[in-house]
Amino acid sequence: MLFSIVQNRRYYFAFSLVVILAGVIAMLYNVITLPTNSPWRLGVDFREGSRFVLKFTSPVSEDSLRSAFAAFGLSNPSVSRLGAPEENLWQVRTTFLAGEQNESLLARISETIAPLDRAQSSVDSVSPQVAREVASAAVLAVLAAIVAILLFIWYSFRKMPHPFRYSLCAILALIHDILVAGGAMALLSVILGWEADVLFLTAMLTIVGFSIQDTIVVFDRIRENLSRYRGEPFHQVVSRSVVQVVHRSVVTSLTNVFVTTALLLFGGNSIRQFVAILLVGLIAGTYSSIFVAVPTLVAWEERSLLGKRKPSPQALPAK
Amino acid sequence: MRERNLITLVIIVVLGLFAAFIVSPIPKPEFLKSLVFWQDPRARDLQIRQGLDLQGGLQVLLAANLESSQLVTGSLESARQIIEGRVNGLGVTEATVQIQGTDRILVELPGITDPQLAIDLIQKTGQLEFVNGTNNPPQAGQVISTTFGLYQGLLYPATSQIGRPVTATETPPGVLVYETAFTGEILESNARPDASTGQIVVLFQVKPEAQASFREFTSRNVQRPLCIVLDGIVQSCPIIQDVLTEGGSIRGNYTIDEARQVATLLNYGSLPVPLKIESIRDVGATLGADSVRRSFIAGLIGLLALIIFLLLYYRVLGVISAIGLTFFGLSTMAVFILLPVTLTLPGIVGFLSSVASAVDANVLVVERFKEEVRGGRTIRGAVETAYQRAWLSIRDSNLSTLIICAILFLFGNTFGASAVKGFAITLALGILISLFSAMVVTRTILRQVLYQQSETFEARKALLGI
Repeated sequence: MLFSIVQNRRYYFAFSLVVILAGVIAMLYNVITLPTNSPWRLGVDFREGSRFVLKFTSPVSEDSLRSAFAAFGLSNPSVSRLGAPEENLWQVRTTFLAGEQNESLLARISETIAPLDRAQSSVDSVSPQVAREVASAAVLAVLAAIVAILLFIWYSFRKMPHPFRYSLCAILALIHDILVAGGAMALLSVILGWEADVLFLTAMLTIVGFSIQDTIVVFDRIRENLSRYRGEPFHQVVSRSVVQVVHRSVVTSLTNVFVTTALLLFGGNSIRQFVAILLVGLIAGTYSSIFVAVPTLVAWEERSLLGKRKPSPQALPAK
Repeated sequence: MRERNLITLVIIVVLGLFAAFIVSPIPKPEFLKSLVFWQDPRARDLQIRQGLDLQGGLQVLLAANLESSQLVTGSLESARQIIEGRVNGLGVTEATVQIQGTDRILVELPGITDPQLAIDLIQKTGQLEFVNGTNNPPQAGQVISTTFGLYQGLLYPATSQIGRPVTATETPPGVLVYETAFTGEILESNARPDASTGQIVVLFQVKPEAQASFREFTSRNVQRPLCIVLDGIVQSCPIIQDVLTEGGSIRGNYTIDEARQVATLLNYGSLPVPLKIESIRDVGATLGADSVRRSFIAGLIGLLALIIFLLLYYRVLGVISAIGLTFFGLSTMAVFILLPVTLTLPGIVGFLSSVASAVDANVLVVERFKEEVRGGRTIRGAVETAYQRAWLSIRDSNLSTLIICAILFLFGNTFGASAVKGFAITLALGILISLFSAMVVTRTILRQVLYQQSETFEARKALLGI
C-alpha cells in the first residue's frame, strides 16, 4: 500500500488542498471581519489595550461591571464571563490603561461591586507600540527560521544531486503544517472565539520544529538508500525509504499523541487551546513528511506534478 | 572495550543519582548551595524557579520617554542599574531587570503582592534629598542616613515637602543621622546648566507651594552647606550663599558635562532617562496554580502512557529506553535548577518538545536496530550499525531544531517577546541533553545488557520485540 504513495500523490495533494483551503477561507474571513485585520482573533500578547481578569467572591452582573468601567471613562469595554457562572470569573477588555489607573480601578470595583479575590485576578496592559512590535517580531522569527532551515537542508544535502529540491520540499511540507494548524486556529477563532496568544505562538514554533524533524528523517533515509540502490529508479528508492521509516514515524507520533491527548483531557484550562492546536499540527507534521514532502520530491524529479493515473507495473512488492 | 563501557556506565549512574538528588525535594546541605556561586546569593535554594505566569507577580515594560536620537549612550544602562538597586531594596529575590532592544527596560518581580508599591518604586525618579550639611558636611560619594530615608520609608509620599523632624528616641544608636530639609519634589523639573555669566552653574527653580519653606530654611542656614543626596548617596555639598525663595544657581567649578549631569539629576532624580510604562502584567498568585497542577498531573499521565507503550512494544529495549529517558528528564531538570532557568509556561512547552525529541532519538535507534537484526546481522553488530546509521538522522533533525532555537532566542532578546526566549532556552538545553542521553547513556546500557546476554537474545528475539 505504502508503495503507491508516490503514484497516488494526486489524491494526497487534493486532500491537503481541501484542508488548507478551509483554513485559508477562515483566515480570510477573520482578516475581513476582525477589527485587527488579522487571521486570528488576537489575544493579550499581540493586541493593544488592557485586559482585566476579575475573580469576585460573590456573584456580579455584567451591567454593574460595565457601569463601574464607565465611571472611569471607559464607555464601551468588552465584558465576558470566563468559566462556569458560579466561578464569578470575568474578563474585561478596555483601551490601554497604565499604572495607577489600573490600581484605582480595581480598588473601586472591589468597593462598589463585589469583593475581588486579587490572588486569582490579573491585569495585562499592552501599549499599541509594543503590541505591534511583538506581533511583527513573531512573524519575522518564523520567517527567519524558515529561511535558516532552507539553507541548512540545502547544505546538509549538498552532496546529493539537486540538494535545493530537498530543502524546498521540506519547507513546502512545513508551510503545509503551518497553514493547517493556523487554519484550525482560525476556524476555532470564528466558532469558539479562541484568541491567539503567546502560547499559540509557541505551539506554531513547536510544530515548525517537529515538521522539519519528521521530514529530515525521511530525507536522510532517501540519501542513504540512493547510494545503496544505485540502479533503481528514483521513485522506487523513495518508496523503499518511506516504508523503512514509517514504523518510526508512527511510533514517534503515537508517543507524542499520548502526551498531548493526556494534556488535552486532564490538563488545566489555560493550556487547552494550545494543546489542541499542537495536536493538529503534530498530526499534520507526520502526515506531510510522508504525503507531501516525499511525493513533491518525486514529482519534481519526474517533472509530473500529479503522476501517472495507474501505479507503475514494476512497483516492488511489499517486502 | 567492555571495561571502558563499564566505567562509562558507572559515571552515568553517578551522574544520574546526583541529578535525582538535585531534583528531589530533599533539603540540600549548605555547602552544596554555596557551590553554585554564579547564582544570586539570596536565591540559592536549589529549587526549580517558576516564572511570573506560574507563581504570580508583576512584569513591567518601560520605555525611554525620549526620541531615540536624544538617548545618550549608556544612560539606559545606568537607569537599569538604578532600578535594579531599588528593586533589590524591596527584598524581591529572583527579580530581573533587563534592557530590551534599544530603548526599553523589562522589570520582572515574581511573587510581588502589591503591584502599586512596585510600580511606584520603578517609575518614581529616584529619591533626591536636600540635607542639612551641619558644620561637618559629609564627603561626596559617602552613604549617609537621613531622617527622610529612615522614617519615611522607601517611597516618597507625593504630598509631603519637608522631612520630618526626628526625636532622640528614634535615632538608632551610634549612627549620625542628617536632617532632610527637602526632597526633590520641591523642584520644578527645569534645572539647566548655564554659562552666561562666564562661570558654569546649574540653575534651578522651586515650585511655588514650597517657596515659603525654602526661604525660611535658607535664611536660617546662610553660609552653611546644603548637601544634595541621591538615594542615600551624597552628590555634593554646595554652601548656601544667600536667602533664596524662587530658586537659585549652584556653583561648583563644573565642566559643562558635569553641570549637565547635575541638572539631569535634579530633574529626574537618579534616572538619567525619563521612563514611561509600555505594558504591565499583574498576575494573581494562584491564578495559574490550579491549572499548572492539573497540567502537571496530565503530563505525568501522558508520560506514563508513553513509557508503558515503549515497554510493551519494545520489551527489553523499551526498558532500556525508559531508563535513558528517565536519565534525560532528571538531568534536564537538574540543569534547569543549577543554571538556573526560570520555568514559564512556554518554557515548559519547550521542555516537553525536547522530551518528544528524546523519545524520537530512542525510537530511531531501536527501529534501526530491529531492522538490522531482521536483515541478518548479529545482535552485537546490529547495535553498532544502528547507532552509526541513526546518528545521521538524529544529528540533522536536532541540528535543525537547534537552529530554530537560536533564531527564536535572538528574536526574544531583541524584541519584547521574552516568552519566546524561554521556549527557545528550555528546548535547546533539552535537545543537547537528549543527544547525550540517547547517544551515550542508552548506548552504554544497551551494550552492557546486550553484549553480556547476546546468546540469550539471539535465541529469544521476542524479548527484543522482534
